Formats: sequence, C-alpha cells, structure tokens
Amino acid sequence: MSGKFTEIWVYLSATPLLGLTVTLLAYQAAFWLYRKAGMHPLANPVAISVSVLVALLWFTDTPYATYFEGAQFVHFLLGPATVALAVPLYANLDTLKKNLLPLGGALLAGSLTAAVSAVGIGWLLGASRETLLSLAPKSVTTPIAMGVAEKLGGLPSLTAVLVVSTGILGAVLARGTLNLLRIDDHAVRGFAVGVAAHGIGTARAFQVSETMGAFAGLAMGLNGLATAFLFPLLAGVLRGA
Amino acid sequence: MGRGGCFADCYDAAMLGAITLLLVFQLIGEALVLLVGLPVPGAVVGMGFLFVALVLRGEAPAWLRNTCQELLSHLSLLFVPAGVGVMLHFKRLGAEWLPIAVALVASTVITIAVAALVMKWLRR
Repeated sequence: MSGKFTEIWVYLSATPLLGLTVTLLAYQAAFWLYRKAGMHPLANPVAISVSVLVALLWFTDTPYATYFEGAQFVHFLLGPATVALAVPLYANLDTLKKNLLPLGGALLAGSLTAAVSAVGIGWLLGASRETLLSLAPKSVTTPIAMGVAEKLGGLPSLTAVLVVSTGILGAVLARGTLNLLRIDDHAVRGFAVGVAAHGIGTARAFQVSETMGAFAGLAMGLNGLATAFLFPLLAGVLRGA
Repeated sequence: MGRGGCFADCYDAAMLGAITLLLVFQLIGEALVLLVGLPVPGAVVGMGFLFVALVLRGEAPAWLRNTCQELLSHLSLLFVPAGVGVMLHFKRLGAEWLPIAVALVASTVITIAVAALVMKWLRR
C-alpha cells in the first residue's frame, strides 16, 4: 500500500500539475481564512499561502525548481496582468489629468523614498552589496522589480522575495500608519499604499473600497513605469559611487 | 458585447479575445525591448501601448474591462510562486536578517507616510 503511494507520489511530484494545483489550493485556503478573519491585514493571504507552501516543500523534500515547473503558469500571468493595468489607468484618466501635480509629486517622492530609505538603512546596518542592489526596486511589482534588479546587478530571485515581503508589510502596516497621520481621504490612502506596496497593497486596497483600489492601481502602474525608466539611469550614478 | 443578455459562449469568446489582446500587447512590448535594447521590461512597454491605444480609441470596451478586472482581482495570487522562492535564500536571509527586516519595515512605513503627506499637501 505504502509502496504504491510512494510510486504515485514520485510520479506526480515530477509533473507540473502538482505544483500548480497546490498553489491554487493553498491560496484559496488562505483567502478563506482571510475572509473568516474579517479581512484583517494580519491574516494576509499571500503570507499565509507562501508559509504553507514553503512548509509543504520542506517536509516533502521537494526542490523549488520542481515546484516552480508547475507554479510558473501562475507566475507567467504577472506579465499580462501588468499589461492589464492600462485599463484601470485609463479609467482614471480624468483624475490623472486633474491631479497631475499632486499625483506626480507623490509618485516621485514615494518612489525615491522607497529606494533610498531601504538601501540607506540596509547599508547602515551592514547589508552586503548584492542585498542592497536587490532591495532598491522592492516597492514595484515583481516583473518590473526583477528586471530592474538584474540591470542594477542584484539578484532577481532575492528581489522577488523582497518585493513580496514589502507588499505584505505594506498591506499589514498601511492602516495603522495612515490612521496615525490622520489621513482619511481614500484617494490619498490608496495612492500611498500603491506606491509603497504595489500589487499586494493594491489587492488589499480594493478590498477596502473601490476608490482606494483605483488609486492604488494607478500608483502601482505609474510607479512601475517611473522605476523602470528612472532606475537604470540612477544605476549609472550608483555604480560610479 | 457585455455580460448582460449574452450566452455563456459569447462571454467566453470575449474573455478569450481580451486575453489574446493582452498577450499581443505584451509580445509587441517584449519584441520592441529586444529590438531597441530598452532597459525596461516588455510588459511595461505593452502596458504603455495599450494605454495609448485606449486613449486614441476614446473608451475601454466592456469585454476588455471585465477580463482585466477579473485578472487584477486575483493579483495577489500571482505573487505566491515568487514568494515561495524565499526558500532559495534562507542562508542569506539568516545571515542578513537584521538589516533586511529593519530596511523593509522602516522603508515601507516611511514610503507610505511620505507619499500620503506629499499628495495631501500638493492637493491643497
């Protein structure tokens, strides 16, 4: 009986089907828990599903590469999802035109603050050069951040982890931070979360309100564009230093 | 060609069309990046092109809006495979956990605060 089970396991664990299925199952279980917890920011579904999957792979002694053969189909959708950001961006065209100065100012300030503060704090506390370069683009959505990290000379796979961690932290810490600053305009709240915590922050914002989500999506898209174009230019300056 | 008053296969075809459109724009973006040697991911260029196309067209059709909304509402799922990659970096994270943790937490809070305060101040 257990011999047969091992045989089936060996076969299935080598096909992409298993990695893909456990990813979807883990996420939906995590999302169910998140709903049960009244969408409390601490019950973040990405954090829960990543922990569950890492534990599962650890206990079954499955290498990440084997898991990723299946999970890549989910990961691949980040590309079309990035293109799809054009739609909420277009839906907010009027807001964008009317608020060019506040949105542009907040975008530039937020984008630079994210990179400079992360790299600065990491450097002060003695992080290695590779870690610092991987930290710089941590506030933009994964495919953009990984591309930028590669151009800068960081480790794209480490950047992916730092990006996801940042997103989770942003989704968890935004409410407290913004309440402390007494900012109650949902447009401002959403934009700040989108600049700091990309897609995971945006997903969280959409669960709070439509306005907050739209502004977060707008900020995520604009920050992605700004970072993709500005950082490789800054990279030259960084390398010179 | 909206969702209302439409048979299931009509909606399916709309979704298929929207996904094809997104992939075509991404492909154009990737090709251009390779061709010109731009320092930007292809998907970002694709997003830029789709945005310009929508501005020129003057509206985003419902079939495209529905699919994009559906795709973006599951955005956090798409980050899970990359997040599981944390297991590749346990050694580095173990050695540098303090600078990384402090940098991530502090920088995230500071960024949210700066972006919110600048936007609020400029909106006056």
